[in-house]
Amino acid sequence: MIPVPEVNLGGILPALILCVAGLVVMTVCLFFRKGVISFAAIVSLLGIFLAVVANSPLRFLNKTAFTGLIALDGYTWFFNLLILLAAGITVLTSVRYLGDEGHGLYEYFVLLLFASAGMMFMVSAKHLLVVFVGLETLSISIYVLSGILPGSAKSKEAALKYLILGGFSSAIFLYGAALLYGAAGSLSLAALKTYFQAGTPQLMGTVGMGLLLVGFTFKVAAVPFHMWTPDVYEGAPTPLTGFMSVGVKAAAFAAFVRVFFDGLVSLQVSWTHILWVLAVLTMILGNLAALVQENIKRMLAYSSIAHAGYILMGMIAGTAMGTQGILYYLLAYTFTNLGAFGVVALVGRKGEANVYLDDYRGLAKAHPLLALVMAIFLFSLAGIPPTAGFVGKFTIFSAAIKSGYLWLAIIGVLTSAASVFYYFRVVMKMYMEAPDTEPAGLQFSPAMVMALGIAVTGVLYIGIFPTTYLNLALQSVKPFF
Amino acid sequence: METSSFPILSFITLAPLIGVLILLFVNRGSHEALRRVAMMIMLADFVLSLVAYALFDPTTATMQLVENHVWVRDWGISYKLGIDGISLFLVLLTTLLGPIVILASWKDIKHRVKEFLICLLFLQTGMLGVFVALDLFLFYVFWEIMLIPMYLLIGVWGNPARRLYAAIKFVLYTIVGSLLMLIAILALYLMAGEASGTYTFDLLKLYAFPVPLQAQFWMFLAFFLAFAIKVPMFPFHTWLPDAHTEAPTVGSVVLAAVLLKMGTYGFIRFAIPLFPNAAMDAAWWICLLAVIGIIYGAWVAMVQVDVKRLVAFSSVSHLGFVMLGMFALTAQGVEGSIIQMINHGLSTGALFLIVGMIYERRHTRLIEDFGGLSKVMPVFAVFFMIFTLSSIGLPGLNGFVGEFLILLGTFRVYPWYAVFAASGVIFAAVYMLWMFQRVMFGEVTNPKNVGLKDLCAREVWVLMPILVFVVWIGVYPNTFLKPMEPSVKNFIQHVEKKRALVLDVERAKKQAASEAGPVLASSAQTPSVDR
Repeated sequence: MIPVPEVNLGGILPALILCVAGLVVMTVCLFFRKGVISFAAIVSLLGIFLAVVANSPLRFLNKTAFTGLIALDGYTWFFNLLILLAAGITVLTSVRYLGDEGHGLYEYFVLLLFASAGMMFMVSAKHLLVVFVGLETLSISIYVLSGILPGSAKSKEAALKYLILGGFSSAIFLYGAALLYGAAGSLSLAALKTYFQAGTPQLMGTVGMGLLLVGFTFKVAAVPFHMWTPDVYEGAPTPLTGFMSVGVKAAAFAAFVRVFFDGLVSLQVSWTHILWVLAVLTMILGNLAALVQENIKRMLAYSSIAHAGYILMGMIAGTAMGTQGILYYLLAYTFTNLGAFGVVALVGRKGEANVYLDDYRGLAKAHPLLALVMAIFLFSLAGIPPTAGFVGKFTIFSAAIKSGYLWLAIIGVLTSAASVFYYFRVVMKMYMEAPDTEPAGLQFSPAMVMALGIAVTGVLYIGIFPTTYLNLALQSVKPFF
Repeated sequence: METSSFPILSFITLAPLIGVLILLFVNRGSHEALRRVAMMIMLADFVLSLVAYALFDPTTATMQLVENHVWVRDWGISYKLGIDGISLFLVLLTTLLGPIVILASWKDIKHRVKEFLICLLFLQTGMLGVFVALDLFLFYVFWEIMLIPMYLLIGVWGNPARRLYAAIKFVLYTIVGSLLMLIAILALYLMAGEASGTYTFDLLKLYAFPVPLQAQFWMFLAFFLAFAIKVPMFPFHTWLPDAHTEAPTVGSVVLAAVLLKMGTYGFIRFAIPLFPNAAMDAAWWICLLAVIGIIYGAWVAMVQVDVKRLVAFSSVSHLGFVMLGMFALTAQGVEGSIIQMINHGLSTGALFLIVGMIYERRHTRLIEDFGGLSKVMPVFAVFFMIFTLSSIGLPGLNGFVGEFLILLGTFRVYPWYAVFAASGVIFAAVYMLWMFQRVMFGEVTNPKNVGLKDLCAREVWVLMPILVFVVWIGVYPNTFLKPMEPSVKNFIQHVEKKRALVLDVERAKKQAASEAGPVLASSAQTPSVDR
């Protein structure tokens, strides 16, 4: 008789709810023409809310499901919540945008939900195949989403570029997984851990680790695997760019950390060296390239590359504090960057006509509150207190110094000093320069206002009262330390 | 250390933020109402600081009016405030200037008044926070927060031509220094935490930790860079003339009077007591830079054609005195240095106000455009003269007290430096009086200057409070010197004690490493400090 594996759908309930919500949107919207966007948005938000509820029991668990394929622990809980938060804010910032584009693209929400479900599998995976399945679910949804605007050639170009390069990276990841299988005879993280602990690994195993690292660093957009980022971020619909910059990055980092701190922890010495080099390159190149951008989406794309460098620093530190820093940083970055991209979407107006830095001239005069909110996001990205971005950098830098990577931290602060220039440049445009022509008015939708409200509150609240969130992050990384 | 029941320092520090909240709900069109609200808040803040002064016990060196609340428990970050004789007068100076700058900007700033006042109030909180913070993390937060309003003040309300350049230059200079300081703060925190087992950012606890010599050197270097840029010391001063010249009048006043004091205060509160060995080893060099700054600043001031730029360069020179006195590390030197911080705040602040007043009338600041103003504006001339003399250091006015104490204190340690620095006093007389002569005396050559109005009542009220203190400090400095005396003594004792302690620890380490020779009595080996 074939043994029936243990099935416990409760463990993946949050992801399942998202899938169901996506299916509901897909089916129902087939039959209607009007109001599909609002309907899709409401169902998505409902799904996300239910998923948050279904996710809550995971916080205090520490076990596996599906014969060890999936981990149900605080770490999964934290990242699920973060992904749901990102998805929720993205839905809010997208409603108006899609309405403006006017094609009734309800598929956008469906794909967004599926992408989030893929991310949730990725963060909970204890097996490289599950990581891969999650990664592909996420990637394919995002490929389509980047090119979803029917009329935009830029959007198509972005999608194609992302698809081709993303395909390569997935293949490299898979090749790495295959080599690891060849070496260890299994793809589960537990088996890999035992294999690498047993003694000197074969060359095959080490190479496999290297290829895996390439696959992950591609997804988190670290130099030198960052080439796709500026083009894709520029071409994709703005709210989605925000989602990519936080959601995809968070999910990729979550899986990256779990695979490397759980399965491949014995190789820590070797991968730390590689990451050290990558982090330095990423911080320097990301920040320097951002200095000269005129398009704000490209600027934020390079800034997001730079932030990947700071987060890598947390991995290099290799301690509970470093990983805690990664989690907090990603949470801070979620609020900050989604907010910033929300403003970019809002200011971009119909057809993304205003995505250049010069389009921000005089914003403070026309819309003082919006300019203030944007300034707060930019200060947070630059790491200026009392915002969440400051606490994030503070945590990661202290972890790096504590682990003895003083020079890395010094490079980190010097590059973030450089970053101040381009973030403040936007502030300068908003507050200190006057527009050439009076721009058209902005269309504030209630959903967008809510999204920006949540984001700015988050940035300030977790920046001023970080204790609770730092503790949550610390609890969540317990499984590895 | 006494803990006060009423959180007066929190009130002083955060009152301007309450003002910001109120201003948010005032109609942006009614400028008068906005200014009144801001004025009331600043006045209330000044009164609160007078209450703190009344509560302050001048006979003790310990931190007073301390408030301590846990902020981030796991990392030993606390919200800890307190003042001693060193910070007391800096707090008072800041709150005194608060209402003055609002009053001075009454007519000057006409667009975006609401944002302007919010910036000023925000800046006030940041500056006061730096002076009262006793937790390194909290200090850093306030230190960085200040950047944003100052950046906006220069960039939005500055001189149209080069304000953007000056604003970003100011930010980049400051932030490079302060981020390196952040690294040093973290390193110190971790090092002290590992050694003692309890991780804390509490300044007073970190004071007690003897930092190993080599680490001291690097950490002091990072702190030095952050503070030296802020002071600014030669050769880190190049942002200052630009920022000052492009900033609006009140921006320059706040910048000169208070913001620059953050740097000097940073040395006396953080860099020197935390890393006494490195500080004393570097003292000779730092004093050299200070003397170069004194003379260089004076010389460059001499050839300026723009009055505001001249005053800006005179700041470089005056702050050289502050640094010189501080690093002489004698009681007189340090006292002189602190009183000179206040003096510079008063007299240079007043000079910037004066320059602003003629700029408002003539829309030029070039010396050659003026001449013979004393005939048209007699009241103005009196004020200008007094503040010029105060800046030069005429006996009977405040500048003399500070410079005299500094030179006295320095002479006992570095006689040659004192000699050269004294020449700076002479140069100051040259450039200030020469400028004054060209602007105020002689015939009225420029027809545009003929009908200039003298000071109005508001402008007199702006300058009067400063004048009172300029004379007060000059005639009876004891009011100000007495309360700081115990704290200064304590500061010097602490520096010496800690320095000896670190040397002992190092020696013990070396002995343990070599495992040879009898244990020497450590106290006998401590080299006495030359004073």
